[in-house]
Amino acid sequence: MTAILSNTQLRDLGSTPRKLTAGLPPATVLLSFAVVLVVILWSLVPGLFTSLSPVTGDTASKLAAPSAAHWFGTDYLGRDQYARVVHGTASSVTSALVAVLIGLVIGSIIGLASGFRGGWVDAVLGRFVDVLLAIPGFLLAVVIVSSLGFQTINAAIATGVSAVAVFARLMRAEVMRVRGATYVEASYLQGGNRLHALLGHVLPNAYRSVLVLAVLQFGTSILIIASLAFLGYGDPPPASDWGLLVASGKTYVTAPWLVYAPALVIVTTVLSVNRISRWLRNAK
Amino acid sequence: MKTRKDTNVSADLLTVEGLSIAYGPTAVVHDVSFSLAQGESLALIGESGSGKSTIAKAILRLLPHSEATATGRVALNGRDVLGLPERQFRPLRGRELGFIPQDPASALNPVRTIGAQAHEAAALLGETDPAVRRGKILDVLEQVGLPDPVRVYDSYPHQLSGGMLQRVLIALTVLPRPSLIVADEPTSALDVTVQKLILDMLTELRQELDISLLLITHDLAIAAERADSLVVLKDGAVQESGSSWDIFTAPQTDYARSLQADVPALHPDRYRAQRTVFAAEPTHDVVSRPAAVASRSTGLQIDVQGVTKRFSAGGKDVLACDGVSFAVERGRTHALVGESGSGKTTAVRLLLGLEQPDSGRISVAGQSTSGRSRAEVRDIRRHLQLVYQNPFTSLDPTWPVGRIVREPLDQFGVGTKPERARRVEEALASVGLPTDVASRRPAHLSGGQRQRVAIARALVVRPDVVVLDEPTSALDVSVQAGILELLSKLQRELGLTYLFVSHDLALVRQVADTVSVLRKGQVVEAGAVEDIFSRPQHTYTRALLDSIPLATPAAALGGIAAEAKQPAKATA
Repeated sequence: MTAILSNTQLRDLGSTPRKLTAGLPPATVLLSFAVVLVVILWSLVPGLFTSLSPVTGDTASKLAAPSAAHWFGTDYLGRDQYARVVHGTASSVTSALVAVLIGLVIGSIIGLASGFRGGWVDAVLGRFVDVLLAIPGFLLAVVIVSSLGFQTINAAIATGVSAVAVFARLMRAEVMRVRGATYVEASYLQGGNRLHALLGHVLPNAYRSVLVLAVLQFGTSILIIASLAFLGYGDPPPASDWGLLVASGKTYVTAPWLVYAPALVIVTTVLSVNRISRWLRNAK
Repeated sequence: MKTRKDTNVSADLLTVEGLSIAYGPTAVVHDVSFSLAQGESLALIGESGSGKSTIAKAILRLLPHSEATATGRVALNGRDVLGLPERQFRPLRGRELGFIPQDPASALNPVRTIGAQAHEAAALLGETDPAVRRGKILDVLEQVGLPDPVRVYDSYPHQLSGGMLQRVLIALTVLPRPSLIVADEPTSALDVTVQKLILDMLTELRQELDISLLLITHDLAIAAERADSLVVLKDGAVQESGSSWDIFTAPQTDYARSLQADVPALHPDRYRAQRTVFAAEPTHDVVSRPAAVASRSTGLQIDVQGVTKRFSAGGKDVLACDGVSFAVERGRTHALVGESGSGKTTAVRLLLGLEQPDSGRISVAGQSTSGRSRAEVRDIRRHLQLVYQNPFTSLDPTWPVGRIVREPLDQFGVGTKPERARRVEEALASVGLPTDVASRRPAHLSGGQRQRVAIARALVVRPDVVVLDEPTSALDVSVQAGILELLSKLQRELGLTYLFVSHDLALVRQVADTVSVLRKGQVVEAGAVEDIFSRPQHTYTRALLDSIPLATPAAALGGIAAEAKQPAKATA
């Protein structure tokens, strides 16, 4: 999972600055990329960022305030909160990625089929998407996790399923825009069949907006999965998903950093991803 | 046209002196000077990128402040427009300076009625009573020749045709009685007959209301017909300026000469000589072509008999093609002529098998296309290729040129990989493009280059018949000449049969052997080009012929057209 994560993420990072011919992106975008890079490194090589264990702690220094030794303080077992955040990243980021991939792949296929075929295919798939859209996404995710079992991977699947509708709608709209283009008709005249037109011309011209949405959805997914983990719908402790850290920290009113630190990490990551997504949308 | 010497004459309404404009470090206009007297008309001519629209924007002060810097002097009634503070310039907009934009459809707000938008223009008159304003708006709408002003007043832009919208825009422009109108290619988005009506109307209005006109166009014929004086621009610099008569009859610079030579109406026989060589020995090149093609000995490459097609649009039936028949011999060019909605596009789509006819028979190279399976239609398409009207939309923007041209070879499974690469190279070379364009994407090519790519794509499978759907209407006149030159060369070399679809009769006269005139889905007249042009039978054909700028000695022009034809023939 981490391997897939690194490839996709790094490809995103590598290809976007190349598109820019007119100098560097704005400073906030660069900062956002830096944040995302750090988060990715946390999930890939947590050992580089902290030498402390996220599982075993020193009970003598439990609930210590943030200090040079413990940046985010320590929890009720004396475990370093920073180490727990860093080590929890892999699970949070990977599950968000799984969620996005599920939404992207299934949603795109539905959108491609209904936008390109039209007719009854569009009618049937369209109503299916309507049903998905009618159910609040978070509620749907809760229902799915309840039936699949309380695990982070199930939370990811649930989040992905609830995102399918949005991807399908956008992909359908883009495909319908491109489908009528002259160059698609030209491809039939050049002997191309429908599959060739779909994969050769329609998809390459339609996917860009959908990819931007995928980046945006990555941020949203982190948030939803953290919310599910907060409610206990993810892996049980000692896992240290970001949402779970917030949840377990909220018991200790005297140690607010246990809530604030992971919450800030979530907020910063989501905001950075949103900023990048908005920049991608404008840059394309 | 006054030269710089007498620009101090106070009668000049608009004076431009030493105008230079730069976008950042790139200068796009260099030291341009001209002047326009009260009641006169002046045309700025040049290709895309010659800076003519930029100059118009500078006069209207519409250049983006942060990006463009304009130096020099632009004086309107003796007041320097460039130096004026915005607060003092704003009252001039509309009242002194009117602007007619190029594309009427995008210049009006689609969610407001014409009337609501007209009130903005009427407000410039200083009239506050809405009822009086309404009256004035209806008057001016009638003045520009709109048949039912009240209906137009209550309409939304999408409910009106392009010609009507352009009339509305002209009405809104003349409503505040400006002393100068800047018109940026006011008719290039319209049909020829509509273009003539709009230009006639504009000329009349101008004389009636004593308004000066600054016309911006790439079409020398229109400019010469409608303007008193011309300024020829190239790469942002004035090539030549003077009275329309002088420039048109005796262009001094090479550039003006080439522009003049590229006006189709003046040189009806430009490509004739090249083609008759082929027509005399029609089988000369055919022999070397693939045997499967050459063996079919029927003289007719395209045979369309009594084809009818009905569409239902918005609840009512539209007869797009009503018993259309025409035939084209091998190696010849047949033209389908008509305005938008005449059914020429439908006829082409039926021929290509993109639509199925309701009745009638179509055969290409002896094979009937109707009632065939998809695979068989695909086979026929190998011998039948189309060059689209707009090269900006017919090439996939995500594909490199090499792959675009190779697409038909890949799809029809022609040859091996190295063979295909070689044929792509040949095709690009034959349309006059350097080999290195193969790796570029369409966005990095000019309009003319893109159309050459589209032609290369059509020719790479070595078809017999090429359908050219207004192949030059999206291009500049001088680029158009290059493309036509290329098409006629390829026809001669490869023995191609062309079906040329166009609304431009002057162009048709240059390239076609035979012609069918379509109107409302019916062929109203057909025959050899010479006959149709010299002895048009149908009133509609006559109307089309009349709408060619400079084709007939128009009263407004006196004898310019007739005289211009003499030296023109010598150079052709």
